[in-house]
Amino acid sequence: MNGAGGIDCDVHPALPGLSALLPFLDDYWREQVTVRGIGGLDLLCFPHRLPAFGRPDWREGDAKPGASLERMRRDLLDGFGLQLAICNPLYGVEALHNPHFAAALARAMNDWIAAQWLDRETRLRAAITIASQDTEYAVEEIERRAGDRRFVQVLLLAMNAAPLGQRRYWPIYAAAERHGLAVAIHAGGTARHAVTSNGWPSTLIEEYASNAQAVQAHLLSFVHEGVFVKFPRLRLVCAETGFTWLPNFLWRANKTWRGVRAEVPWVDRPPAEIIRAHVRFTLQPADPPPEAADFADALAQLGSDELLLFSTDYPHWQFDGADPFPEGFPANLRGRVAVDNPRATYARLMEEVA
Amino acid sequence: MARHVVAATHEIPPGGRKLVTLRGRSIGIFNLDGSYYALLNRCPHQGGELCRGTVTGLATSTEPGRVEYSRHGEMLKCPWHGWEYDIRTGQSWCDPNDTRVRAYEVTVEPGATLARGPFVAETFPVSVEQDYVVVEL
Repeated sequence: MNGAGGIDCDVHPALPGLSALLPFLDDYWREQVTVRGIGGLDLLCFPHRLPAFGRPDWREGDAKPGASLERMRRDLLDGFGLQLAICNPLYGVEALHNPHFAAALARAMNDWIAAQWLDRETRLRAAITIASQDTEYAVEEIERRAGDRRFVQVLLLAMNAAPLGQRRYWPIYAAAERHGLAVAIHAGGTARHAVTSNGWPSTLIEEYASNAQAVQAHLLSFVHEGVFVKFPRLRLVCAETGFTWLPNFLWRANKTWRGVRAEVPWVDRPPAEIIRAHVRFTLQPADPPPEAADFADALAQLGSDELLLFSTDYPHWQFDGADPFPEGFPANLRGRVAVDNPRATYARLMEEVA
Repeated sequence: MARHVVAATHEIPPGGRKLVTLRGRSIGIFNLDGSYYALLNRCPHQGGELCRGTVTGLATSTEPGRVEYSRHGEMLKCPWHGWEYDIRTGQSWCDPNDTRVRAYEVTVEPGATLARGPFVAETFPVSVEQDYVVVEL
């Protein structure tokens, strides 16, 4: 099985430019964008010409990889024979310092993805873009879009303003839980802080690899702030941040909890158990062991077959050829990862969408 | 199995403890509100001297930020890594099914009965006027 019939839980339609959002902005913001000459607000962490962010055979000249629905149909949906794919549009909404502008852009992004992608391709689902700078705006946008059942999760960036389990974000999780939406933390940054806890690295490669550490900090935050105690039906998806680091992270989380758990008495079971119950991880980029034969052992150390969600990370260049599963990925787990786990994570995927 | 006289009751007041060595084993004797408990002075985690650890209550919670603090003085934290044990049973709070400190039977007996023996720690001077803490090991 190479993903045919599967549900791709992390694909990236690209906004061709800010001008594409103009029809979806109100008069005031449309004029502001035009008068101020705001051209593009792409995230600096995903420069589209960098080879890693566009697989060569999925590129079309100098266009932003992922900007064309036709190409997405051909390369991804038809190419891999997918049943569904979840769009996580990556754009600079959360990086803005003006929360009012960010909220206007989030609204425009969601209306754009609904009109330009979801309305035109029934195999697509999407994440709700929010301006997490301001929790009230974020909740307002979730409420505005939650009635459209093609939106299946709420999107947050991994390198954000604060540990995302903190109480200031809880209204977002309450809204997500109330509407049966998952919450995704996706690789990427808002430049609120240095991207490593040691300060700014010199290179993009260091920043990209540091997304794993960023998401680890959020997982500790979600567990120890008690997010899953408060919102027991909430599902969290870590997207594009890897998963083979998970076993030793969980071992350490459990060990530390045993010694200092009196600080967080609402954490009434080992953190690994909580994470296995509530958190899911997308497949690509996978970081398999050097020997393909060792992959099954590495996966067994996750302690559950339910944690991984199939993803291609289209159009990012994470693998070549026609099989998104890395070599050595056990055949007996592929169906579960491609279909069963996504369905169990996203309640809305089981619905017929009119 | 033998019985060991380890202390006169007044030596270990409520909330107090005494470390003794019985048949080569270091053992902590605790007094919780007049009842006595004995635990092996060795944390099953990595062998720390558990019975020298801090005695605490038990913090539990079902709502983040709101803590119910109960069982004052009934939990023991290992001085090495902070693992918590129930002094009454030796049971680990974090891992109740698989981690347990060896606990020993403790009784309080009047000197008048003890004076008749036989006991292992006979060197402990027993007078018939007092009560004594006796550990079975």
